[in-house]
Amino acid sequence: MIFNIEYETMPREALEAIQLKRLQTVLSHVYATVPFYKKKLDDAGILPGDVKTLKDLQRIPFTTKQDLRDNYPFGMFAVPMANVVRIHASSGTTGQPTVVGYTARDIDTWAELMARALSSAGASRGDIIHNAYGYGLFTGGLGVHYGAEKLGASVIPVSGGNTKRQVIIMRDFKPTILTATPSYTLHLAEAAEEMGVSFKDLHFKAGIFGAEPWSEDMRQEIERKLNLDAIDIYGLSEVMGPGVSIECREAKKGLHIFEDHFIPEIINPDTGEVLPYGEPGELVFTTITKEAFPIIRYRTRDITSLNPEPCVCGRTHVRMNKVSGRSDDMMIIRGVNVFPSQIESVLMQVQEVEPHYQLIVDRKDNLDTLTVRVEIGEKLFSDEVKQLQQLENKISKDIKETLGVSAKVQLAEPKSIARSEGKATRVIDNRKI
Amino acid sequence: MQAEQISIFIENKAGRLSDVTGILAKAGINIRALAVADTSDFGVLRLIVDDNAKAEEVLKNSGFTVRKTRVVAVKVDDNPGGLHRILEVLKNARINVEYMYAFIQQSGDKAIMIFRFDQTEEAIKILLDKGVTVVDGSTLSTL
Repeated sequence: MIFNIEYETMPREALEAIQLKRLQTVLSHVYATVPFYKKKLDDAGILPGDVKTLKDLQRIPFTTKQDLRDNYPFGMFAVPMANVVRIHASSGTTGQPTVVGYTARDIDTWAELMARALSSAGASRGDIIHNAYGYGLFTGGLGVHYGAEKLGASVIPVSGGNTKRQVIIMRDFKPTILTATPSYTLHLAEAAEEMGVSFKDLHFKAGIFGAEPWSEDMRQEIERKLNLDAIDIYGLSEVMGPGVSIECREAKKGLHIFEDHFIPEIINPDTGEVLPYGEPGELVFTTITKEAFPIIRYRTRDITSLNPEPCVCGRTHVRMNKVSGRSDDMMIIRGVNVFPSQIESVLMQVQEVEPHYQLIVDRKDNLDTLTVRVEIGEKLFSDEVKQLQQLENKISKDIKETLGVSAKVQLAEPKSIARSEGKATRVIDNRKI
Repeated sequence: MQAEQISIFIENKAGRLSDVTGILAKAGINIRALAVADTSDFGVLRLIVDDNAKAEEVLKNSGFTVRKTRVVAVKVDDNPGGLHRILEVLKNARINVEYMYAFIQQSGDKAIMIFRFDQTEEAIKILLDKGVTVVDGSTLSTL
């Protein structure tokens, strides 16, 4: 089902004309209101008026996560705070999360795009949406929520956690659409099984899963265990939140990017060169309708490719393939973004020296687990086991408090962590994604 | 009157203990007493050897995290109730035993126990007051 037939099936030529007009407007807007962008454009010797074609976008410098951190908290906002009605922040960055803002119109745009996304997964007015994305600073919960209301569906704002209660709600309220992270979904499936509740008897027809990478194998497992169509959704708070792109239920082959609001590019992450359709590289986004937090050529670090082939569903918007990896070392663990450098800074505070450590990520019982191995030096070594265990617990608690992710800490012997070319191998990801 | 013990951090995996004993054997160091405290993923190996300085050096050179710890070597009557009498003395003085293990001695009517206390000095004082024999480190390594 298509929520906005006019825009979602617009012929490419007309779509690109709209994109150009909107791009020119947003560039003038950020040049006038955000000192960061003014300086960036001035330094690059390009004025908003110089952008005459969509290709001219390539002359504008990229924006990175570090730029957002440097402008923490509100330096990238393009409207006065009086016009900002909502603030979200990304999870788990040491000290400086990425803060984004929305005007009332931005919230409305986001709701429209999430309504489109829900429709694309087969939802409509009359459906009951079990929304198990977290509500809070994370964009997942509220993003889906506003889209569901816009669509006119009934939304259950159940948020994350309290899995047994979720199963009871699924059994009693008979929701028809599930929205959650894929790993939590499998966890829900197991809890239901333990409670003697079969998904065959539930009423779900589709589930919308995102906020962490998942594979085709996982899709098959979810579809088999939960007896529903599993749809992949993509989004990030820097660009908007969930609803930047989504698969259609008809094809389930690539995620349509809502191109009347976002311009995607694929670049070579090493050179910054823009790559043609079909070639894998780093996904870059420019938002062309956002008011409070427009972002220009934002490097997502997500690796994918774009597919311009017409789709059976009738949408003319380009499709991105499933994200296959990252061009940096960020890991997503139970929906939380984790950089090894953040763990390192926690360890440094404990140890006061450069720690040798290794992060091991596994997926056990469908939940991600993080094990942090830390080599123990003489300074921290105690002869007493209980003190060493206290040390493990302290590190684990500090990681939880700083990053919001649970980790099992294992002390290791010096030099026991494999070093390649003098540098330790920091991350071992055993998850089959 | 204190004695010195070598503590070594070892991961709980096959062959690590023999790595340590191999290093000591090669250096001609004799192990006099040994205890292992373990958890699911690591252990602490505690050793009394005849040459602490050398043992520490060779183990550190092999990349182990090593630490010297102060312990107390106590002579215990080798008959029923011998250890109990000493523990009673400590209990009455409210001194906590962190851990203890036996020292190997070939003959005699006394056994030697190695103790680690939370208050080492006080423990020695109380034991001596109650007529218990405390063996000092230099004597221990010649036994």
